[in-house]
Amino acid sequence: MQLSRDALLNAYRRMKVIREFEERLHTEIQTGEIAGFTHLYCGQEAVAVGICEQLSIEDKIISTHRGHGHCLAKGCDVTGMMKEIWGSREGLCKGKGGSMHIADVDVGMLGANGIVGAGAPIAVGAALSLKLDGKGHVAIAFSGDGACNQGTTFEAMNFAVVTQAPVIFAFENNHYSEHTGVDYAVGTQRDIASRAEAFGMKVWRGDGTDFFSVYETMREMLEYVRAGNGPAAVEFDTERFFGHFEGDPQRYRGPGELDRIREERDCIKKFRESVTQAALLTHADLDAVDAEALQAIEDAVQAARAGARPTAEDVLADVYISY
Amino acid sequence: MATMTYREAVLSTIAEEMARDERVVVLGEDVVGGMGTPGGPEAIGGIWSTSTGLWGQFGAGRVIDTPISESAIVGAASGLALAGKRPIAELMFADFIGVSLDQIWNQMGKFRYMFGGKTTCPAVIRMPYGAGYNAAAQHSQSVHQILSGMPGLKVVMPSTPADAKGLLRSAIRDDDPVMFLEHKALYGMKGEVPDDPDFVIPFGHARLSRAGQDVTIVSSGLLLGFCEAAADKLAKEGIGCDVIDLRTTSPLDEETILDSVEVTGRLVVVDEAPPRCGMAADICALVAAKAFSSLKAPPAQVTPPHTPIPFARELESAYLPSVDKIEAAVRAVLAYR
Repeated sequence: MQLSRDALLNAYRRMKVIREFEERLHTEIQTGEIAGFTHLYCGQEAVAVGICEQLSIEDKIISTHRGHGHCLAKGCDVTGMMKEIWGSREGLCKGKGGSMHIADVDVGMLGANGIVGAGAPIAVGAALSLKLDGKGHVAIAFSGDGACNQGTTFEAMNFAVVTQAPVIFAFENNHYSEHTGVDYAVGTQRDIASRAEAFGMKVWRGDGTDFFSVYETMREMLEYVRAGNGPAAVEFDTERFFGHFEGDPQRYRGPGELDRIREERDCIKKFRESVTQAALLTHADLDAVDAEALQAIEDAVQAARAGARPTAEDVLADVYISY
Repeated sequence: MATMTYREAVLSTIAEEMARDERVVVLGEDVVGGMGTPGGPEAIGGIWSTSTGLWGQFGAGRVIDTPISESAIVGAASGLALAGKRPIAELMFADFIGVSLDQIWNQMGKFRYMFGGKTTCPAVIRMPYGAGYNAAAQHSQSVHQILSGMPGLKVVMPSTPADAKGLLRSAIRDDDPVMFLEHKALYGMKGEVPDDPDFVIPFGHARLSRAGQDVTIVSSGLLLGFCEAAADKLAKEGIGCDVIDLRTTSPLDEETILDSVEVTGRLVVVDEAPPRCGMAADICALVAAKAFSSLKAPPAQVTPPHTPIPFARELESAYLPSVDKIEAAVRAVLAYR
């Protein structure tokens, strides 16, 4: 399916904002200004954007500890997110959640999640709610190759098939479960989709470094799930440009691996090549978006630095609605 | 007023709230029962008969029979709640929180706080609990103290049919996640229940079921009845006990406990969970810290020993608090000088 010029520019903008967001965090974290654990999504942008560009605000997603990309792709505010990561009380979660717990239910983003594999059953519940509403909306459970080994994910897949929940299990295989290779940790010969298939659902596979592969795969899947055919699963082969967490020395990488994946498997580079070669967009179009994205991140960082800090009284707020 | 069992109070409240609010949905193992069998749907209707007829009345979309997957059940309840529904999930036995604890503790209990107060998670997890059926170590436990130690959750333990109705209705209408513990040995208990379709019992308000000047007894759930029996027996000797039914262990009604101890000066806490780091110890610590000068004797605890729950009848009887043990504890705090 040929995307319009606007659709292409929007998709590129989203991917580029995620890329610059993560690259900037990688730099800022080294100054010690940002507290806590941060897991960067850099390299996987085409997956989040290729999926979320086709969702409406009523569709729900649930994310992982590596969640910034999913949040931004689903429409979470860039500045609100940056403020949250900086721990400002003006952050999307008032500084209570941080990088691993960003959520904005108003845009259908039901939370990044610090527990690997915890999201899939929650997505099934959201999907059952959407099914009951009967308007053809879907829920997406983003999971990594690590989460595909958790019992909660297995439970969720069977549960979804049994209840015919309109949920898509989107597995992003970036080849590393934290610091362990999928060759070791995924018993089905590093193949996640076949595992989902064994639970009784239709599965797809796509190249997660190619926006157009993700987009086309997801277009088919959404058509299938929105039509009431029950759940589906997809495995996208992708790359993680940084470590498991920021500060990870990545001693598990092969020689030249990081340079090679940045050179050959960069979804943004591939997108540029593809659209310019097909004369759909010009380098000037894309360069303008690059500048715009860079500026948006710069503005967000400055706003985050200037954001109000939470106070000791804020510790007690928002535990319960009433208690 | 109508006379009904604790079980009927639970089932009728669920049905009434489902009729009142279409966002209310039920899910759990065998809540329909018989799915995929020659007997067909509703061949069982829930092993505790607390969901009988709901599937026929409200349909498969709102009464979701699930595989044996406790993590997925609780997780799905969270997802339903985050998406705007008001799920009532059933764990067949409270002991199964062990299988689903991440979804209870790290997920639904924390969403609101972690997400900066923007989210509500109005889910009820019903869980039959408690000993007395020789069901041994993995199907008999009282888990309220574990759950009460988790910020973000509310924990409810009705001790009568009327409380089952009023507290469950509050739980379903509450915007926070509520752990609703129904004692298995109380399901057959009959009692008067108000007919008012909006009869609710607010959380955090204990009930004074017996009044007396000499000793304060604090308890909840099944053991509340044991405490009442002990208090009635002692009353014949002129020993007066306040018997306080906590109703909810989170939030905890500190005021009612402290007000009573300020009069009696003597406290006996009776609880079905193990003693270490427990509810009884928590309440003793509360009284020691906030009513120290009123105390005439060290606070006493009547709990099971710190062991798993045994199987054999003689062993389970020896394990559980009893009317005699409660009576002895009251006499001991009275004898203290």
